[in-house]
Amino acid sequence: MDSRDLLDLIWLVPALPALGAVVLLVFGKRIGEPVAGWIATALMGASFLASVLSFVSLSNLPEAERAHVRNLFTWLRSGGLSVKLGLLVDPLSVTMILFVTGVGTLIHLYSIGYMHGDPRFSRYFGYLNLFAVSMLMLVLGSSFLVTFMGWEGVGLCSYLLISFWFERNSAAVAGKKAFVTNRVGDFGFMLAMFLIFQRFGTLDYAGMGERAGTLTGGTVTAIALLLFVGAVGKSAQMPLHIWLPDAMEGPTPVSALIHAATMVTAGVFLVCRAHPFFEASSSATMVVAWVGAVTALFAATVALVQNDIKKVLAYSTVSQLGYMFLAVGVGAYQAAIFHMVTHAFFKALLFLASGSVIHGLGGEQDMRRMGGLKKYMPITAGTFIVGWLAIAGIIPFAGFWSKDEILAKAWFAGDYALWAIGAFGALLTAFYMTRQVWLVFYSRERFGEPALVVSGGSDDGDPIDSGTVIASPGGDAGGEQGHGPHESPWTMTTPLLALAVLSVIGGALNLPFTEPSLEFLAEWLHPVFRGVEELPAESFSLGFALSTVALLIGVSGILLGRAVYRNGLTTSGTDPGADRIGPLGKVLANAYYLDLGLARFVSGPVTAFASFLADGVDRRTIDGAVNGVGRIVMTGGGAIRRLQSGVMRNYAAWILAGAVALLVYFATRVGL
Amino acid sequence: MDITPSYYLTLAALLFTIGAVGLLVRRNTLVMFMCVELMLNAVNLTFVSFAKALDDIGGQVIVFFTLVVAAAEVAIGLAIIVAIFRRRQGVTADDIDLLKG
Repeated sequence: MDSRDLLDLIWLVPALPALGAVVLLVFGKRIGEPVAGWIATALMGASFLASVLSFVSLSNLPEAERAHVRNLFTWLRSGGLSVKLGLLVDPLSVTMILFVTGVGTLIHLYSIGYMHGDPRFSRYFGYLNLFAVSMLMLVLGSSFLVTFMGWEGVGLCSYLLISFWFERNSAAVAGKKAFVTNRVGDFGFMLAMFLIFQRFGTLDYAGMGERAGTLTGGTVTAIALLLFVGAVGKSAQMPLHIWLPDAMEGPTPVSALIHAATMVTAGVFLVCRAHPFFEASSSATMVVAWVGAVTALFAATVALVQNDIKKVLAYSTVSQLGYMFLAVGVGAYQAAIFHMVTHAFFKALLFLASGSVIHGLGGEQDMRRMGGLKKYMPITAGTFIVGWLAIAGIIPFAGFWSKDEILAKAWFAGDYALWAIGAFGALLTAFYMTRQVWLVFYSRERFGEPALVVSGGSDDGDPIDSGTVIASPGGDAGGEQGHGPHESPWTMTTPLLALAVLSVIGGALNLPFTEPSLEFLAEWLHPVFRGVEELPAESFSLGFALSTVALLIGVSGILLGRAVYRNGLTTSGTDPGADRIGPLGKVLANAYYLDLGLARFVSGPVTAFASFLADGVDRRTIDGAVNGVGRIVMTGGGAIRRLQSGVMRNYAAWILAGAVALLVYFATRVGL
Repeated sequence: MDITPSYYLTLAALLFTIGAVGLLVRRNTLVMFMCVELMLNAVNLTFVSFAKALDDIGGQVIVFFTLVVAAAEVAIGLAIIVAIFRRRQGVTADDIDLLKG
């Protein structure tokens, strides 16, 4: 069979999880636990195998021909718009489907253990498969509209899974917040599509590069920036990052899959996919790079003082996504994809390991009530430490290579300010991850202790009740602590081990050596980014020096973190790092009050306007007009009602009066 | 003495007024009924007078119509009065006011 025939089978990749989603959402209740989980996992695994197959087929083609479109059917035909439901197989989409299905399978497997005993077990796996379908359609789409369909699909699944435990009000609210914030970004994406269609009459990716070159500067900048607005919403960049920390209300595997590894990288993917528009506008790429850099730094500082184990990782994700945007902003698309892949490995690992910790402690998420867990959960601790070294940028772990690549490209592009921000962010990253490792796995055991009172402002990021008594968030944690912290079952530890291995060797995807060439990923992606100007290393020694600096930054961040947090919390139970920075700690803990500010200055007026519309316009004006007409008729009727007295002689008198009046009228008219 | 149509018309107006006033001031339904007959016949007299004066047979023809309608009205009206009398032991018009608004 020819490679192209095999590539025509690409529809199997999204179809397998789609089958799972339909079966589990329709018959889930009857299938039940744990079969539902196994069905979902097996279908994801099969989808991964199909992805591997498509990878092999694609690499058998000559490099210039590595873009295959498989049109399934005509989806829409309306006027000049004709959209085929097409799947585009090229190195970029194949890279995406490989890690989406690969990491996805591991997280499905993990979920079987994590969601054990949940009353909506099969529905969870139905949603998870539905998410996988949407994400695969997003990356495989052959036009903006197909991508947009997947884009909305992942948004929906994100909403469904964040508020999966909707009995908890905070989860329901977080789901809504994520959905609404994403709509803002989606609006930008849609406007960009309208503009593209208006100019070109087609939304297909094929030939987009040539067409983008014909646009004037203003239009192309507008399209690029509108697409970027969409990316900002989906990938949680400033100022639309506010939904991601709250999204941690969802089950931890969801945080790992959707809010760390796959969905939030959709924005980076979109910018890469639509790179001709960005390449044609230097002002747009500058905006992208700076938004990314500022977000990377901002989120890293906020992560320094968070106490919720998942909130730290959430802000860390925002920060790492900022690095990816920094990379695409300076034109280093391959570096961004590289970091996206390695980040998917180590951040999914960190989330799953933290989920294992939460599971082992019976729902505890506050790092101040952990400590010393290495003894009780050796596998979780070991894998978490691998993830920590990877994100901190220690050689030879995956994160070192990808982050170094981004920083080096920023330097080679001549953006030294961006490099400096990124490097400082890397220092903070190493520091806050070290803090987390020490608070959770080393230092004194604090999980048996009663709820503690916090004096400082370093609360768990919730802007409302900082400085109050912290009870265990799980609520039922006390009962579970009877049998102490314990290691998780094999369904949970196996994915941890697999991801740990990937976090160690993931860097081998793209090693920065040209003689012999080891930049496998960059070369693989080269056909996609053919028109993009390369940012070559100015010299090997400079690249080597930059790597050394990056490594030193990572190591010093770790040493600094260890120096501060070697003993965990202070004897009075406060955070030694937050104590040292004083009032700034409170600002950081509340994420610079951006959330609160947005609530006050954006949602506040919007809510006020909405209630004005509801009360002032709808209830008073519109309802008032309707009710007013009714009241006038009723009052008038009440007055006229008295005329009908029921007494016959009155009627006779009225008739007579009428007759006389008519007589008088005619008499005056004829002039008698 | 020359009898002109105005004599007839004056008489008709007098009869009509007596009937109308009687209808308004009396409470006995039977008497009110007779007043209505009085008014109808006053109008009939007017028709006939004008028919003679204007030499138009139409005026006399319409009187026959009036008589027929009046006969039908009497038949129904008396039946109603009898029915009311059977239920209420009296036909005072002002007591029959159940249809007030």
